[in-house]
Amino acid sequence: MKRKLEISELIFKIIAYTFLGIFSICCLYPFVYAISASISGKQAVDYNQVILLPKDIQFDAFSKMFGNNMFWNAYTNTLFLTIFGTIWALFVAILGGYALSKKRLLFRKGFNFFLVFTMWFSAGMVPQYLNYLATAEAFESIGIMDRKWLIVIAMGMAAMNVILLRNAFEGVPSEIEEASIVDGATELQILTKVYIPMSKSTIATVALFFAISRWNGYFWAKQMLLGQYSNEQPLQVFIRNQLDLYMDSDYMASWNEPYSHYSELYALIVCAIIPILIIYPFIQKYFAKGVNMGGVKE
Amino acid sequence: MDKYIIYDEETQTYSMDPEQAVRDDVEKHHWLNTIKTIIKDWRLYLMLVPMLFVFFCWRYLPMYELLGAFKYSNSSLDVADQQYVGFYYFARLINGDVSPDFWAAFRNTFLLSFYGMCFGFPMPIIVALFFNEIKSNILRSTFQVMTYLPKFMSTVVMTTLTIMLLKQSDLVSEMGVVSNFMVKLGLISEDVGASGLLNGPQYFRAIYQITGIWEGAGYDSIVYFAAIIAISPTSYEAAQIDGAGKMAQMRYVVLPCILSTVVIMLINRIGSLLSIGYEKVLLLTENSTSYTVYQTAEVVSTWAYKQGMATSGEGGEPGLASAAEMMNNLTGMILVIGANTIARKATDVSLY
Repeated sequence: MKRKLEISELIFKIIAYTFLGIFSICCLYPFVYAISASISGKQAVDYNQVILLPKDIQFDAFSKMFGNNMFWNAYTNTLFLTIFGTIWALFVAILGGYALSKKRLLFRKGFNFFLVFTMWFSAGMVPQYLNYLATAEAFESIGIMDRKWLIVIAMGMAAMNVILLRNAFEGVPSEIEEASIVDGATELQILTKVYIPMSKSTIATVALFFAISRWNGYFWAKQMLLGQYSNEQPLQVFIRNQLDLYMDSDYMASWNEPYSHYSELYALIVCAIIPILIIYPFIQKYFAKGVNMGGVKE
Repeated sequence: MDKYIIYDEETQTYSMDPEQAVRDDVEKHHWLNTIKTIIKDWRLYLMLVPMLFVFFCWRYLPMYELLGAFKYSNSSLDVADQQYVGFYYFARLINGDVSPDFWAAFRNTFLLSFYGMCFGFPMPIIVALFFNEIKSNILRSTFQVMTYLPKFMSTVVMTTLTIMLLKQSDLVSEMGVVSNFMVKLGLISEDVGASGLLNGPQYFRAIYQITGIWEGAGYDSIVYFAAIIAISPTSYEAAQIDGAGKMAQMRYVVLPCILSTVVIMLINRIGSLLSIGYEKVLLLTENSTSYTVYQTAEVVSTWAYKQGMATSGEGGEPGLASAAEMMNNLTGMILVIGANTIARKATDVSLY
């Protein structure tokens, strides 16, 4: 009996290690390949001699990319959208989540439903597009000509993140709040001195979710920043435009750099993922906790 | 009204029930009290304002534009000026000149989701079960770091890498790395590699599912893994003493403990059964060199995009697109509420 048990466990363990090993390598491989290909020589990239490690190392693709003004323009746009978009979304979500976490709030159920309903039903793409166009017009009428601000203010808000914050604030013991009321704290002081410090990890998670969704945003940025607004396009749109360019065979034929034109695309991808790789270890600490608290109640 | 009025037989007069006077008073002051509470607590309500504003302007106002689905959209861009046409667009979608395309897109949407439910849904559960087997903390967190990472990459980066790795070429040596590898292993023929995996309609669904697993399976396992590590070790020990092997432990200890999580995630899945995102599909197929891939890759949202936005100004029909998406989203909403109700009745677990 004892022996049979050990065998079934051993087999299961072996399967688990093998499976996870292969799966993890498969998950990571495309990124490693992109890094290797971005610094490999022309021959090596064009004829698939790069499998895992770089060959005939060159950094010309990166230096050309760094010399390109369009690239820096797109990069600054993305940074702008990420920083201001995160600050705005966090501001809105913290205030909203705090108010919703209070039991004494009248019509609390109604406000919660108002929020949760947007998770069930969305108007769809065309109505959303018309809405954004109308918003852009409204912004122009009050003198905001940049469409960047439209993306910062109107997009990237998610009901889920407000609910995460609300649940975190609900978890703060009410005795602490009562104590601070006795000490004469105002509502804003209670929020900034008690609630925010006590739910730091959730706020960090939500901030990172917002930041990543801003950094990765593509579709609406592309739709809203066409024509005269194209110098406001973020990095993701730039990458996609470059891909379309490099897949064009005419462009390929006129290529006479010492490295493969694909290396340049890979270099661009590496530039786009490096900031995420840098903050990734910090997210790692928080997000597992944040996601687990994401159960929707009510 | 009569029962609130009391008739006094002695004096032969009518008088009002005193309790009713109190009731009336409360009724009269109910709204006043509400307003008083709000004014007393105005800071709290002021905090709600930015959130309500954002959600109202950019989540609820678009719903007003949904009226466009019932109006003739080519006459004017402003919904208010358009002529009502009733269910004209819906009729055309269900039974009319565009219906073959629409129903094909509808079928593709459903099939993509359905395959996602068959392959993409169990995958995170399996990954979480296997994570639980690995007792070494360092090794497990290494695996976790590696498998969670793709979730944080943008759709553009993921699809660009997919396109590059599956790149077509007449020469085997110039194909993308993955295509090349598959040809060498004999999984696909050289012709397929030459015409491009992303251009073949028969491969699109598989590519969509595999990239979906690459992107999400690791990250989605977090929820299940949390449920599994919450199981008390004494449960396993009790099962072992009763002579349960590994499979029996899975069946009688682990599965019942994570069932509620699985049900909740399943409800979520069912709710998004008809909402295949346009971004990934568009990005994967937009620069495809052959149109045949759209036999399987056209989903409702991309179809609506092409009807309503990509061709606007040149004969596109925003009304038709709105109607299509509205049908899709309403069905999705009914599905999630239905799944939720059934789950609550059957297992006492529900999302809302």
